[in-house]
Amino acid sequence: MGKYILKRLLILIPVLLLVSVFSFLIVHFAPGDPLNMYMRPDMTQEELDTLRVSLGLDGTIVDQYIGWLGNVLHGNLGNSVITSQSVSGRMMEVLPNTVLLMGTSMLLSFLVAIPLGLAAGLNKNRLPDQIISFFSYIGISIPSFWFGLLLIILFSLILKLLPSSGIHSIGETGLVDLIRHLIMPSIVLSVGNVAVFTRYIRSNTISQLEEEYVLTAKAKGVGKRGILYGHVLKNCLLPIITLAGMRFASLVTGSFIVESVFGWPGMGMLGMSAINNRDYPMIMGFTMLSCLLLIIGNLLADLLYCVCDPRIKAQ
Amino acid sequence: MSDQPLLEVKDLKVSFHTYAGQVQAVRGLSFSLSAGETLAVVGESGCGKSVSAKALMGLLSCPPCEIKPASQILYQGKNVLQFQEAEWSAFRGKECSMIFQDALAALNPTLAVGRQIEENLIVHHLASRSAARKKAVEMLALVGIPQPERRARQYPHQFSGGMRQRVMIAIALACDPKILIADEPTTALDVTIQAQIIDLIKALQGKLNTAVLLITHDLGVVADIAHRILVVYAGRIVEQGSRDEIFYSHRHPYTWSLLRSVPRLDLTQKEELVSIEGTPPDLIDPPAGCPFAGRCRWCMEICREEEPPEVQFSPGHSCRCWLHHPDAPDWQTPFQRGDGVLC
Repeated sequence: MGKYILKRLLILIPVLLLVSVFSFLIVHFAPGDPLNMYMRPDMTQEELDTLRVSLGLDGTIVDQYIGWLGNVLHGNLGNSVITSQSVSGRMMEVLPNTVLLMGTSMLLSFLVAIPLGLAAGLNKNRLPDQIISFFSYIGISIPSFWFGLLLIILFSLILKLLPSSGIHSIGETGLVDLIRHLIMPSIVLSVGNVAVFTRYIRSNTISQLEEEYVLTAKAKGVGKRGILYGHVLKNCLLPIITLAGMRFASLVTGSFIVESVFGWPGMGMLGMSAINNRDYPMIMGFTMLSCLLLIIGNLLADLLYCVCDPRIKAQ
Repeated sequence: MSDQPLLEVKDLKVSFHTYAGQVQAVRGLSFSLSAGETLAVVGESGCGKSVSAKALMGLLSCPPCEIKPASQILYQGKNVLQFQEAEWSAFRGKECSMIFQDALAALNPTLAVGRQIEENLIVHHLASRSAARKKAVEMLALVGIPQPERRARQYPHQFSGGMRQRVMIAIALACDPKILIADEPTTALDVTIQAQIIDLIKALQGKLNTAVLLITHDLGVVADIAHRILVVYAGRIVEQGSRDEIFYSHRHPYTWSLLRSVPRLDLTQKEELVSIEGTPPDLIDPPAGCPFAGRCRWCMEICREEEPPEVQFSPGHSCRCWLHHPDAPDWQTPFQRGDGVLC
C-alpha cells in the first residue's frame, strides 16, 4: 500500500514537468504582454527595456523557463508582475474563500444527488424517474452564468432577499452575513453537479439492481429499503468516488465563471484576472496547483476504491 | 412424513409478456412437497423449472411476467400468491430459502460473508447483532468451512467456488427454514465439488429436517439425494415418481432420452455421447398435442393432435404419454430395467 502511494506520487514529477513546459509555452505565445499594463505614452525604449529586465521578462523563452523552474524548485513561485505580491502568498490569501464556496456546493451536490439518483434508479421509467430525469436534463443544459444572473435578478433585485455579490457586506463580518452571501453561488455551482451526479447514480443503481445478489437479499427477506441502503448503495459508490476525485481540484481552484458572476474573491477570480493581465508567474502558479491537486484527487479516489470495494487491491 | 403436505402447488401457470407475444413458460404445474422430503425437478434449459422456483419465492418481476389467477401455491394451507409485501418478507428466508447457481454473483461482493449470514437473522428479528455474529460463525462451521471465525470476516472473492456455495447454503439455512429451494446449486462447480455440495445438502437435511426442492438439469446430481423426481418438459410435468421409479421403470420417452444422454464412464471410446435431437417447442405458441412429439421417435398421429392424459402406474408414479393408452399399438419397449442408469 505504502509502496503504491509512493509510486503514484513519483509519477507526479514527470507529469508536473510536462505540464509546466506546455503551459509556459502556451502562456508566453499567447498574444499580449504584461508590460502593456505599465506603458505610458511618453516612455522611452530604454525605460521599457529596464522594466522588462526588472520583471525578469528579458532573455529567450528557454532562459525564462529555466529561471522560473529554478525558483520553483527552491519553493518560490515568483511574484506577480502586476502587483509584485508573491504568487503563493496571494493564493493562500484567497484560498479559504474558494474552499468554503466549493466545499459547500460539493457537499450540497452529493446530499441532493444521492437520494435523487437512488429514487430515479429504483423507479426506472416510472413517474418519479421521469420527473427527476427531466430536471436533471434541465440542470445539465443551463449555463451557470445565465442561471446565476437569473437568481441575482430574482432574489437580489426583485425580492431583495440576498446580496448580489461579494463575500461580506461592507462593515459586516458575521456568520449569518457570510451564509447569506454563500447561498446563491453555491446553489448555482450545485445545479450542474447535481444533474450530472444524479444521472450517474441513477444508471448505476439500475445496473446494480439487476445483479443477482439483489435477488439473494430479496430471497433472505430483506425489504426494499434494506436492499437499497444495505446492498446497492455501497456498490453504487464507485463512480461517485471517481466523480468526487475529479472534482477535488476544483475544490481549490474554484470556478472562473461563478466566482466572476458573484464577485466571489476566490481562486477563480484570481486566475481570471491573472489571465487577463498576462500575469505569467500567477498563471503558472495557478496551473501547477490545479495539476497537482487533480492528480492527488485521483490518487485519493483510487485509495477510496480499495476501501469501498474489497476486490480492488492497491498494487 | 405427515399427510398434510408442507407445500402444495396447484395448476401453476406463468407467462412472460414479450414483444413477440406471451411466452407460456410454466403451463399448469401441480405438485406437493412434504416436510423433510427431497423433491427433484429435472428438465432441460427453458422448461420452466427456475421460473417455478422463483414464483414460489415471489421473486418474479411482474410485469413482464404474469402468474395466472387460477394458480395456487399453498404453504401450510395459505396461498402465498396472495401475500402482501410484509408477508412476503416474513416468508422469504425464514420459512423458505433459496440458493442460486452462481454463488459469486449471488453474494454481495462488498460485504463480508459473515455479515451476509447475520443479515438473514437480523431482518427476521431472530437474534441481536452480537448473537447473530456468533450464529453466523456457527453456520459457517456447520457447512464445513474451516477456520470459520476468520473466514466470516472475508469477502466472497476470497472463497473458492465450492466454498462460496457452502456460504450460500449457510445463508439459506441460517433461519432454519422449512423449505430449501436449490436452483441448480452445483451447475457452476466441477464434478468432485458437486458431490461434496450434494452430500452437504443431504447431511444438513437429515440434521434439520428441511424439505428440499432441488432444481437441476443433471440427473446424475439427483440420483443420490432425491426421494421423488418430477420430469418437466416445456412447462409441464411429463412424468413423476419416486427416484427408483424414474431411474428403473420410467415410462415417458423424454425421461428415457434424458437418462440416456447422461455421460457414462463405462462407455467404450467409440460410442458417441447421446443427445436428444431437435429443440423444445416455442412456448409463445405451444403445440396442441404432446410437447415432446416433435422429438419423439415413437411419435404417432394423435401425439400431434391431442394432449395425452395422465396415466397412473402406482401411487405417485404417473406419466403423460399416448403410448400408455389402451388403444396404443404394440411398440418395442426401450425402457429396459437399468438402462441409462449411471450408478
